[in-house]
Amino acid sequence: MHLRRILSASLAAIAVLGAAACGSDGPADTTEGADLVIYSGRSESLVKGILDDLAAETGVKVGVRYAGSSELAAQLLEEGDATKADVFFSQDAGALGALAKEGRLEPLDAAVTDRVIAGFADPDGHWVGTSARARVIAYNPQQAPEVEQMTSVDAVLDPKYKGKIGYAPANASFHAFVTALRVAKGEDGAREWLTKFKANEPRKYDNNILVLDGVDKGEVALGLINHYYWFERVAEKGADAVTARIHFLGSDDPGALINVAGVGILKGTDQKAAALKAVNYLLSEKAQKYFADQTAEYPVVAGVTSKHDLPPLADLEKSSIDLNKLDSLETTLALLNEVGLT
Amino acid sequence: MRTSEAGPARILEILSRPGTVALVGRSLGLAAVVTGLCLLIGITLAALVTRTAMPGRRTLAVLAPLPLAIPSYVAAFAWVAAAPWARGFLGATIVLTACTYPYVYLPVVAAMRSVDPAQEEVSRSLGRSAWRTFWTVTARQVWPAAASGGLLVALYTLSDFGAVSILQYDVFTRVIHTSYTATFDRTPAAVLSTLLVVITVVIAVGERWTRRPVEQTRVGAGVARRAEPHPLGALGPVAAGAVVAVLLVALAFPVASLLYWFSTGLSAGIDTERLLTSTGTTLFLAVLGAVATMALAVPIGVLVARHRSRSSAVVETATWAGHALPGIVVALALVFFGVRVAQPIYQRTPLLLIAYAVLFLPAGVGAVRGAVAMSSPRIEEVARSLGSSPLAVLRRVTIPLAAPGIAAGTALVMLTIMKELPATLLLRPTGANTLATSLWTQTGVAAYAAAAPYALTLVLLAVLPTLWLMRAQGRFTATEDL
Repeated sequence: MHLRRILSASLAAIAVLGAAACGSDGPADTTEGADLVIYSGRSESLVKGILDDLAAETGVKVGVRYAGSSELAAQLLEEGDATKADVFFSQDAGALGALAKEGRLEPLDAAVTDRVIAGFADPDGHWVGTSARARVIAYNPQQAPEVEQMTSVDAVLDPKYKGKIGYAPANASFHAFVTALRVAKGEDGAREWLTKFKANEPRKYDNNILVLDGVDKGEVALGLINHYYWFERVAEKGADAVTARIHFLGSDDPGALINVAGVGILKGTDQKAAALKAVNYLLSEKAQKYFADQTAEYPVVAGVTSKHDLPPLADLEKSSIDLNKLDSLETTLALLNEVGLT
Repeated sequence: MRTSEAGPARILEILSRPGTVALVGRSLGLAAVVTGLCLLIGITLAALVTRTAMPGRRTLAVLAPLPLAIPSYVAAFAWVAAAPWARGFLGATIVLTACTYPYVYLPVVAAMRSVDPAQEEVSRSLGRSAWRTFWTVTARQVWPAAASGGLLVALYTLSDFGAVSILQYDVFTRVIHTSYTATFDRTPAAVLSTLLVVITVVIAVGERWTRRPVEQTRVGAGVARRAEPHPLGALGPVAAGAVVAVLLVALAFPVASLLYWFSTGLSAGIDTERLLTSTGTTLFLAVLGAVATMALAVPIGVLVARHRSRSSAVVETATWAGHALPGIVVALALVFFGVRVAQPIYQRTPLLLIAYAVLFLPAGVGAVRGAVAMSSPRIEEVARSLGSSPLAVLRRVTIPLAAPGIAAGTALVMLTIMKELPATLLLRPTGANTLATSLWTQTGVAAYAAAAPYALTLVLLAVLPTLWLMRAQGRFTATEDL
């Protein structure tokens, strides 16, 4: 049989299958008949509750697509104007920043961005923060009780922690921390810090969850993570089953960086009114209370409190680091490459 | 395409980064070790269950391919949790070998069952030892099947992301992924992906080269009987023990670990409705995806087995490209394609099926090609000389003879689709969930306990294609007392 004949037979087979698949009952598509399509880089198990409430309370029919924030940002960049998405709900400011830079996000009114505490929205109004998380040091109280007294992330450079520090070099929140180091100490100061950190032979983990695992099991004495991973672990296993503790550093230290999850409206959406409703809902007191209680994050609207024992944001938020300077990610990665910490 | 836009200076800069060379070395080293181990384990297991009187061989034959049902990221989590010392190269080798040796085992079992025992008997009657007969006659005949399995293992190892990142072993895919997700600068990722495709082509060509000297001819309408099992005597229990040990590492350990997560933890409540819909969606996509993939794989497999020409070599090599790239790269390429060319089916089931066909075509082609190569082209020539049209020969001679290989390929593709994650995440209809995406959702926030039911169901579901595969080979329906 000749190549051409075989290929045309295969294409015919695919076409028949395609037609069959279209005609049959495929997996349910929730964008079918939805007014508003949200791409959520935030995990379904964390935010499904609040997005369901959003649909119920605003009367907007919502279809949600869950995947990783950076994967969705890459997908949105590939989709361009042809995207079905109206709203992007991101795990971190970096993915929103990347979309804003490519002109994919619709500017928001000041009336929206002014609802959050200063510094938690894009100054150009392309996105607004919905909740915040703090960098903390997780420690094993049996191995390093003195972490409780630390006031600066510089303390982990002490040679006594050689081989006993866990971190997640590929994690976006670690990159944000290094950017904060650069902002706070300058390029040379950051390079010096990272060189000393590397000399301390920190142990690489794939993500913050595994860093916390390592601390919990005593593989490492301490680790650099975000605060809510510890609260999630306590919620999952019960407080007695978690050995690790967390320590919030002093407010003007890069190790105490506050970063945000946020939301933006995609350019060219034909559902702008519904999209705005959704964004406003995520900033409502009810939604903010949800983040404070359910995901143990910091509310970004003043006056909302949490059931968790979080140190008040006001104490941490004096931080001298400007969130809007966190977008120089490429320089950060180049520096990490140079030092050899990737 | 993105690579060519980058310009030679940028490409050189990326390729000459000190890390790049080390990465290539580490990736190839891991792929070589894992492939070697998989060939050893896969061929040995297949020989033991098809050619010997090893105690419990029928049960072990059914259990042996099941580790394929365990996603490598799940196995990696199990290892990290229980054996932190196993991080790095050692852990990556254990996990990837345990999860992928069935890629070799399955086609080799199918091939061994279709080898005419008469040749082995002739060899034995001419005075060759059983051992020598195995290597000179049996192994030679099943080598195309084993080689294509080994190629799948090598490419899976190169493209795997989940296991190596959990086990902290820095290879290609980790860097490509970091480059994508941290900077949204797709150029370094595209350059490294292109380099990966080049390596893939080299490996695929090398695999074809190993098959070249093997001329396989067997004349006869099929195998009327199976080979006489070789008695192992006192070695029987030892062999069975070794097989059980492999299964303990590859199957029992991760399953026990899942059961442990399932039974501990406060978040272990089961969302039954979601579990059921995820299971249904997984089955639906796996069956249709496997049919779509095999619709392409059968003609290509026949073509490359029967017509060795430059164009058939190009077609075959092209099928491997999709398999070696990290899922995220293929998925984004399909997003690009879907949005521009196939907008009506974008984020609809048909495009997802096309994605599966692109990703898993090599698994199907390898199985079909191996099986077709087992039957002699002389039979087809005879059929044609008797007046059958080429299409009739294909339908009445070639395809029936290759049936076990086609069945094995279909089962492999189904199993792989069930576990697939990155393309499913990006291309599935919004709101549709498979077991793999539900699992991913839960592990994303450390709720291993809540993820366990999905992982367990996934493993249980994978038993179906495996049993079906055994049935398709017609070995335990009528003639066996299993």
